[in-house]
Amino acid sequence: MTTLAHDRTLPKFGGFSAGMLALELRRLMRNKRTVIFTLIMPAALFLLFGSSGDYKTQRIGDGNVTGYIMVSMAVYGAMLATTSGGAMVSIERAAGWSRQLRLTPLKPIAYIAVKLIVAMLIGAVSVAVAFVVGAISGAELPAHAWIGCAVLAWVCALVFAAFGLFMGYLLPSENVMQILGPVLGILSFAGGLFVPVDQLGHTFATIAKFTPVYGVGEIARYPLTQDGDLALAILNVVVWTALFSAGAMWRFRRDTARV
Amino acid sequence: MTLTASPDLTATGTGQLAVNLDGVVKRFGTVTAVDGLDLRIRPGEVVALLGPNGAGKTTTVDMVLGLSKPSSGSVQVYGRPPQEAVALGLVSAVMQTGGLLKDYTVEETARLTAVLFGRPRSVVKEVLERAGIADIGDRLVGKCSGGQQQRLRFAMALLPDPELLILDEPTTGMDVGGRREFWEAIRQDAERGRTVIFATHYLEEADAYADRVVLVRRGRIVADGTAAEVKALAAGRTVRATLPGADLDALNRIEGVESAEVRGDSVYLHGRDSDAIARHLLTRTDARDLEITSRNLEDAFLTLTADA
Repeated sequence: MTTLAHDRTLPKFGGFSAGMLALELRRLMRNKRTVIFTLIMPAALFLLFGSSGDYKTQRIGDGNVTGYIMVSMAVYGAMLATTSGGAMVSIERAAGWSRQLRLTPLKPIAYIAVKLIVAMLIGAVSVAVAFVVGAISGAELPAHAWIGCAVLAWVCALVFAAFGLFMGYLLPSENVMQILGPVLGILSFAGGLFVPVDQLGHTFATIAKFTPVYGVGEIARYPLTQDGDLALAILNVVVWTALFSAGAMWRFRRDTARV
Repeated sequence: MTLTASPDLTATGTGQLAVNLDGVVKRFGTVTAVDGLDLRIRPGEVVALLGPNGAGKTTTVDMVLGLSKPSSGSVQVYGRPPQEAVALGLVSAVMQTGGLLKDYTVEETARLTAVLFGRPRSVVKEVLERAGIADIGDRLVGKCSGGQQQRLRFAMALLPDPELLILDEPTTGMDVGGRREFWEAIRQDAERGRTVIFATHYLEEADAYADRVVLVRRGRIVADGTAAEVKALAAGRTVRATLPGADLDALNRIEGVESAEVRGDSVYLHGRDSDAIARHLLTRTDARDLEITSRNLEDAFLTLTADA
C-alpha cells in the first residue's frame, strides 16, 4: 500500500500560491471575450474618440485633451478588467468549481485573494495597453502625470474588483459580464468618463458625483488636471469600495457557510 | 426494520476506522434526509451505498466530505472532523456532475489540484495515466466527453493520494463500455488498499464491485452486509434438489424452510438459512443434484426499500 508514503501537511498561506495565480491568469487570457473587452475595446474607443487633431492641440493642465481622454479610457479599461476578474466567481460557482475547491485545502480567503490579484493584474495590463496606445497616437501628459495617472487609474480600480466579486456572488449566471458590461457603460457615462459631468447639466452633474465611477475618474486624472474636488472624489471611492466589499463579504460568507 | 447481515463486519477491526457515523441526523427544514445513521467503515473496505433517489445517500456523502454539517450526531473520517480530513487529503471524492471549468485543459485542471495539495508535478502525469486520459492532457475540458470528464474527476481525486475515495453516482450518463472501463480503473486502484465508498442506484455495480452493500431507505440503513448476504436477507434463497417421492408435509417441517414446492422429482425449498436446509437434505434424505440460488440484488433492493 502506497497511500501513507507522503506526509500529510496543510499548505502554506491557506493554499494561496504563485502556481495557482499563474494558472488562473492563463485561463483568463484564454477567454477571448475578456481580452477583447478589457484590452482591445478601451484602446479602440480611445482611438475613435480621443485622437482627433483638435484634441491633440487643445490643452488641459500641462497636457492635451487626447491625454485626458486616454486616462479616462484607461480607467474604463481597468474597471472592465477588474470587474470581470472579480465576476469570475459567478462562472465558477455556476460550474460547481467553488464546491470542488472545498474538497481541497484551499481556504476561501485565499481563493478571494487570488481572484483579487488576478483582477488587479489584468487591470494593470489594461491600463498599460491604453497608455502605450495613447503615447503612440499623440497623448501628451507631463512626465509625473504619465506615472501618477496610470498608478491611480489602476489602484482605484480596486473598487470595481470588489464590485465584480459582489456581483459574482450575487448573480449565479454564466453570462454575468453580459449584464455587467452595459451596467458599467451606464455608470461610466454617469461618472463622467465619456463626457465630462459639467457638460451634462446641473442636476445630472450633481447626481453624477454620487455614482461609483466619478471618484475613480477624478482621482486618476488629477495629476493632469490638478483640478476638481479631490476630497469628494476620495470619499466617493472609499465609500463605494466599502459598500461593495461589505456586499461581497456578506454573499461570500453565505456562500461558504456549511449548513 | 434494520437487518444486519454480519454484525462482526462492523464491530471488529483493529485501529482507526475510515469512517465513523454515529447517530447522524440531517434535517432540511421539516424534511429529515438522514434519520439516525450509524455506520462504521474499516480501512480497505469497498462499500456500496445503495438506495433509491431521495434515500439520503448524497446527503450522507456531503457530510462525510464536510460539505454540510449534521443536525445532530457525529461524523469522523480517520478519527478527524471531515473538513480536516479533506484538507489533509485523507479523503477525496468524484462527484456526480460539475466541478470542472471548461476553459482549463485536462492537464491544467489536474495541475491546479496538485498545486493546491502541494503535490509535485510528476504526480500529475501519473494520475492522468492511471485515469487513462494522459493522451488528452492538452484538450480543453469543455471539449471532453462526459466519460473523459469523469475520468478527469477521478484523476483529481487521486492527486492527494487519499486513504478514502468517495464516488457519488460515478457512472451516471456513461455508456456500458465507459462504465466497465471506469470500474476497471477503480478496481485496480482499490487493490492497492484504498478504502472506497460509492453511492449508486445501479444494482449490478454494487453487486459486482462492493465488498459490502449498505442499503439505505428514507435516511436509515435497512440492510448491511455482503451483496450475497443482503440478497439472502431480503428474499432468502431457494434450494432445489432431485428427490423422487418427496412428502410435502415432511419438507415443510425441515428447520429453516419457509415454503416448499414439489414439481415432479424436483423439490424447491425457500428459506433464509439455505446452508441448514442443504445440510438436512444431504444428511437426512436421499436428495441429490443440489442447487442453491438467490434472488438477484434487484429483488432484494425492491423488497427492502419498498414502503411497508
